[in-house]
Amino acid sequence: MRVTVRLFARLRDITGASELARDLAPGATIGTVWRQLAGEFPALADYERSISSAVNADYARMDHVLHDGDEVAFLPPVSGG
Amino acid sequence: MVKILIPTPLRPYTDKQDAVDASGATVGELLADLTRRHAGLKPHLYNEQGKLRSFVNVYVNDEDIRYLQKEQTPVTADDTVSIIPSVAGGAPSVTDVVSGVSRTLPELTNDEIKRYSRHLIMPEVGVEGQRKLKAAKVLCIGAGGLGSPVAMYLTAAGVGTLGIVDFDVVDFSNLQRQILHGTPDVGRSKLASAKDRLQALNPNVDVVAHETAISSENALKLFEPYDVIVDGTDNFPTRYLVNDASVLTGKPNAYGSIFRFEGQASVFATKDGPCYRCLYPEPPPPGLVPSCAEGGVLGVLPGIIGVIQATETIKLILGVGEPLIGRFLIVDALRMRFRELKLRKDPDCPVCGTHPTVTQLIDYEQFCGVRPAAPEPITVNSATEITSVELKQRLDRGDKLKIVDVREPNEYQINRIPGSELIPLGDVPKRVNELNPDDEIVVHCKTGGRSAKAADFLRSVGFKKVLNLKGGVLDWIDKVDPTQPKY
Repeated sequence: MRVTVRLFARLRDITGASELARDLAPGATIGTVWRQLAGEFPALADYERSISSAVNADYARMDHVLHDGDEVAFLPPVSGG
Repeated sequence: MVKILIPTPLRPYTDKQDAVDASGATVGELLADLTRRHAGLKPHLYNEQGKLRSFVNVYVNDEDIRYLQKEQTPVTADDTVSIIPSVAGGAPSVTDVVSGVSRTLPELTNDEIKRYSRHLIMPEVGVEGQRKLKAAKVLCIGAGGLGSPVAMYLTAAGVGTLGIVDFDVVDFSNLQRQILHGTPDVGRSKLASAKDRLQALNPNVDVVAHETAISSENALKLFEPYDVIVDGTDNFPTRYLVNDASVLTGKPNAYGSIFRFEGQASVFATKDGPCYRCLYPEPPPPGLVPSCAEGGVLGVLPGIIGVIQATETIKLILGVGEPLIGRFLIVDALRMRFRELKLRKDPDCPVCGTHPTVTQLIDYEQFCGVRPAAPEPITVNSATEITSVELKQRLDRGDKLKIVDVREPNEYQINRIPGSELIPLGDVPKRVNELNPDDEIVVHCKTGGRSAKAADFLRSVGFKKVLNLKGGVLDWIDKVDPTQPKY
């Protein structure tokens, strides 16, 4: 199955892309995609505990199971004011 | 039949009874039946258009129907419905969006009627809404990038009391976005500058200056008199503090945050809505997410986000529209896209969940892993640091030193130490072979934080003589070369 990954703020800088597509085995979770990306872009790994994630614009946790065509978003917190 | 509790001011219309029965499957039907049985109640509950008056608040078993299904909220014979006082001392009062406290609405003066005329002719605001704004008390945390548009628009809109918390002084580098302050204000306290600007904008508004750093000791007391909190802070410890204090005091938090071209906004800590910790239970490790000072920010971005915070604040006060509760707005100004994420209250949230573990304010510096300044051990190791003056003396003496600037290329274009080589911090590991481990190396950045990491790294891979320039290039400019610009 294929999912679209959207990345925001610093994560976009690290990967150099705001949108990526990834192929996953059935049963994959948000965590699976995250670990796959962190494998490709090691600088992402530091963010694991502080990001929030969403599937199809709905807040979801890392153990959420994905389906073909899902859009996964990863958002790091920002603090500027 | 469902029991309806009648408040004292309305009892003249129910034959002095404090509770009456009526029938209906929903609150709407029930109230319609109530006004059939007691016709005198009708003008007090409904306006000329037959709509429930906005200052009439109806509760089903202590739940405000605005948070249920409004007039469609189902009721059964087991429920008790209460009508919360709508008339006090002959003047209409509003049930506060936050605390449920009734407050008498102040009258508008003729000057105010002229000033707010564009509001008054809108059905969503009107005279009553403008009076609600006048009665409202909003606390804006920070008089910086976000605080500027928030404070200016809320002042212009006629919010009666606007508290502002800040302890900073206006700096030249603020002026690119902090439109509360002008060039002549540089060096003044931000609050003094803000107060002048806001009072000129609208002298009817009571601007209350809280010249203090918000802390776990003062936050709850500071929040107490206010109806809505606006988070315009610029660091994680204060954001978690503002969130937790909002939840603990039951005040909605009109949240906004910015980074470079991206912004976030939401309304947190309402009665049934999520809080910031439902979204981000844990803060990022210190240094991972750059601040505006480190990462930069587009000057107009706090304008966009701050105006959204001000809009949400006004909607909460008026009780109109659809607030950004349970919705997290992400603004990408570079692509000009607005995205929305649905958020729910997390039952496991440590602050607003069903079994909260955080029931009082904690040490947020510690929570965010930021070392408080005071307990820092004085281990100024002469072998690991060098001052600007020492560096200058050694260069003048002809010592062979390799100076490595670990800032980003954009920063290197602004100012630099002559003879330095640029290797941005992120590139140091892969470009380490360009450096000779036997050389004496001085690393520096803007103020010394990033270069300390670079120095640690170089030592970890076997470099013997690595010195971190204390205070970075800014200190160099202050002490050695004042001709260069600072940023």
